[in-house]
Amino acid sequence: MILLHLPALQVVVPLMAAPACVLLRHGRIAWALALVVTWTAFAVALALLLQVIDSGPISYAMGGWAPPWGIEYRVDTLAAFILVIVTSIGALVVPFARASVEREVASDRIYLFYTMYLLCLSGLLGITITGDAFNLFVFLEISSLSSYVLISLGRDRRALTAAFRYLILGTIGATFYIIGVGMIYMVTGTLNIADLASKLPAMADSRTVHMALAFLTVGISLKLALFPLHLWLPNAYAFAPTAVTVFLAATATKVAVYVMIRIVYTVFGGPAIFEQMPIDEMLMGLGMLSMIGASLVAIFQDNVKRLLAYSSLSQIGYMVLGLSLANVSGLAGGIVHIFNHAMMKAALFMAVGCIFYRVGSVHIDALAGLGRRMPLTMAGFVIGGLSLIGAPLTVGFVSKWYLIQGALERGLWPVALVILASGLLALIYVWRIVEVAYFRPSPDGATEIREAPLSMLIPLGVLCVACIYFGIDATATMDLATAAAVELIGSHP
Amino acid sequence: MSSFSPGLILMLGALAVPLLRGHVRSLYMLWLPIAGLLYTISLEPGVYGQIEFLGYTLELVRVDSLSKIFGYIFFGAAALGVLFGLKEQDTVPQTAALIYAGGAISAVFAGDLISLFVFWELTAISSVFLIWARRTERSYRAGMRYLIIQVGSGVILLAGLIIHAADTGSIAFGYLGLSSPGTALILVAFGIKCAFPLLHNWLQDAYPEATVGGTVWLSAFTTKLAVYALARGYPGTEMLIWIGVTMTAFPIFFAVIENDLRRVLAYSLNNQLGFMVTGIGIGTEMALNGTVAHAFSHILYKALLFMSMGAVLYRTGTIKGSELGGLYKSMPWTAGFCIVGAASISAFPLFSGFISKSMILTAAASEGYFFTWLVLLFASAGVFHHSGIKIPFFAFFAHDSGIRCKEAPWNMLAAMAIAAFMCIAIGVYPGPLYAILPFPVDFAPYTTAHVITQLQLLLFSALAFTWLQRTGLYPPELRSVNLDFDIVYRKGLPAFARGFVRIFGPIDREARRAALGAFGRVVHQIYRHHGPAGALARTANAGNMVFWMIVMLAGYLVIYFI
Repeated sequence: MILLHLPALQVVVPLMAAPACVLLRHGRIAWALALVVTWTAFAVALALLLQVIDSGPISYAMGGWAPPWGIEYRVDTLAAFILVIVTSIGALVVPFARASVEREVASDRIYLFYTMYLLCLSGLLGITITGDAFNLFVFLEISSLSSYVLISLGRDRRALTAAFRYLILGTIGATFYIIGVGMIYMVTGTLNIADLASKLPAMADSRTVHMALAFLTVGISLKLALFPLHLWLPNAYAFAPTAVTVFLAATATKVAVYVMIRIVYTVFGGPAIFEQMPIDEMLMGLGMLSMIGASLVAIFQDNVKRLLAYSSLSQIGYMVLGLSLANVSGLAGGIVHIFNHAMMKAALFMAVGCIFYRVGSVHIDALAGLGRRMPLTMAGFVIGGLSLIGAPLTVGFVSKWYLIQGALERGLWPVALVILASGLLALIYVWRIVEVAYFRPSPDGATEIREAPLSMLIPLGVLCVACIYFGIDATATMDLATAAAVELIGSHP
Repeated sequence: MSSFSPGLILMLGALAVPLLRGHVRSLYMLWLPIAGLLYTISLEPGVYGQIEFLGYTLELVRVDSLSKIFGYIFFGAAALGVLFGLKEQDTVPQTAALIYAGGAISAVFAGDLISLFVFWELTAISSVFLIWARRTERSYRAGMRYLIIQVGSGVILLAGLIIHAADTGSIAFGYLGLSSPGTALILVAFGIKCAFPLLHNWLQDAYPEATVGGTVWLSAFTTKLAVYALARGYPGTEMLIWIGVTMTAFPIFFAVIENDLRRVLAYSLNNQLGFMVTGIGIGTEMALNGTVAHAFSHILYKALLFMSMGAVLYRTGTIKGSELGGLYKSMPWTAGFCIVGAASISAFPLFSGFISKSMILTAAASEGYFFTWLVLLFASAGVFHHSGIKIPFFAFFAHDSGIRCKEAPWNMLAAMAIAAFMCIAIGVYPGPLYAILPFPVDFAPYTTAHVITQLQLLLFSALAFTWLQRTGLYPPELRSVNLDFDIVYRKGLPAFARGFVRIFGPIDREARRAALGAFGRVVHQIYRHHGPAGALARTANAGNMVFWMIVMLAGYLVIYFI
């Protein structure tokens, strides 16, 4: 019985737990509730994934109203994979957050943090699981509004302006999305994604559909921070509490990439639409600009959180590039990079969180000599950094391998070179930090710095193990990504 | 059991080194390469340790005669390196050296390009610690340059192998040949590590900056790994003959004017690599045998020479030719071993260089490469000059510098003695070495013609020195060379070398300045746009961001409507 309602529970449990946190009004208890809820959500996502692998896509009619009139929840391989990514990060961030949030957020607001955290999680899960374009907008707003609050919880006053800018931009982005959805509703008379997919190809020549696609791509490009619509992201990540940065960097932009894949491949019919409209070439060009431009900016950053934020921008370029390649290897590479990047970037930001917890600063100079004082944290940072570079035996290598294969299959060897070059740039900015941490002596008279508390180190360690395990044995993740890519491309040959 | 790569013995064994102390550590470290050598001897030809990875089959252990002989000599070199550096207290270079050697050995036994790439990068990353271990600003910078170039070689290898895999669907590391862009890139990657002309500077830059023991390790593995890879992938590629010939000739001029004796050895190392590359380019069975045999004996005598110069540096604190001299009184044994090494590199009959180099020369002559043969002869004479005479002469004889120091420590002497013994043993009884070469050997080194040719060459070189000594012009002062003026024999070749440098020096300098300037300008431009105050990194206000949204929307609309 309960197994039948897993898709609903996936979203409803965190959604209901969020107001409960407000009623509790106590930081520690709210934390315990969030811990239970996020791990439950993770278990639900795993169960859904197993179910999808076992018996194909699940369609769940919300409240018993049959699609396309009622709201449909639809879990296919891609959605199930993304659900596992989001919930696994969500579940790992909570134990990490206890110490980190107590250090970085005013103590009377901690229960609000967990409220917003659960809301944001349920919003992201809703976006992933829903099969209804308007319902997707609703969840998009839930996750966005809660993330504005989360960012503004940072003690740094610049967090407020960063959150405010993101609010303006995010709202415009969501508006663009809903305008686009409105236009296709005007043409097709339906909001169900599967229904849209069957009706749209026949109307692809209509001006309205072209307009709709333009609004949708721009709106989603903003949410996933694709160059040049990335300007809100660096400050938002840099000034938010670290636990928020970990969570948003590893999930929010990834879910936006998922929406982009959904719209372009499922709704508009994948590779076929590229022959009419050069959306793939646009995305490919912008993706490569992100990869190189953002990496170059990252090289010159002195605030490590900001540096990693720019590196996130460049990594998003990889995912967009993967989806623009429009063949199975490329798309699978982009999808698996969603998973891989979530692992490595969460590990890196967690390491930064550990550093801030002990040192109180994330300026690069404050890291001098930390290689000896916080060996475990810095080891975690190095593993995450190696994954960013794409060193063999780490997850980064696997995704790059597939992206390069995808590029070469289309004969685009300059793209392959750009992928390699961007890896070299990553080497430079990761090395800057490694050099300071391991080769520069710690400043004289520095206060005694110990290793971060175990509650922060264990989630970091788990992510590092994942970075290496899925780099060596990539069968599980690659099989899922390839199956998802085949579903997306194969259904519209 | 056979699926265990031999190099892992050193790599995994290295991890325990920092935990051990004193004699236990010494014995443990000596035992590691010996255990590895015994294990390698026990391996039967075949392919073991296959692993599925991303849809390709990795072959961690591929045993055939070519990989086995390189395995033997690499383990031997590792044993010499450990013995020579036994008194080293710093565990960082000791651990790094073992990982480095293990990586090189595993690379030799790798049967596919992906595992080759992994170990290729591992040798690059681990070996740089041997340079950094000197802990000076200069060595840090040299190591950084070395690391960038070595890692770059790995990245090019990766790029090449991906293209190659996409072309052919195979990642097997067998004969590659210059047939596609992929294999061409792989050749460039090998060429960087093999110090091809114009790709060679890292070698002379970095090796002399390493620690006393570190240079001995470095001289044995990196470039010989590249020689192995070339011999495996590109035998008979004609281009390699010309590259090899250039390599044998040009370092001689620089070696003659160089003052740092370890750097002189680095140039002669480059020159010796040229012989091997030429042999690979000729590609006949005899040439390849000669290449492998030369790599084998070369590792021994080059390590011996670097060890003797290392011992001098260790005892006197300097390795500048102009500050040394007369050390034979203080370090007679070291001087003796150095002369054995010098005789071997000069290919005196009855020393190891003779029985291997003559194979390459004979192969060149019998395939009708007359010009090649001639240049190789010239290069042999040059080697005799700068490694055979200059090194021992400046360090141990020449004018007395007044330095009085102790003889080298026992462990260094023991390492040198073993290497010197091997040099002579191989020279006198080449049979056992010939027996383990990749192809059956039908070659007798000690024919009248070979011995007479070689002796003539050496005698005429000596005659040339005598003649130069009689013509009493002093050699002109050259940059960084600050030598005593009574050393007259430096005249003829230096004059020639100076002419060479005078012509090509400014071109080289200008090219480097232009490249550096251009690079600086590029970085400056990048900084202007991407630096903290640059347009792309500034905190933009909301209006600005909205502007970009409108621009993008307009852009998409235009494109979709066209």
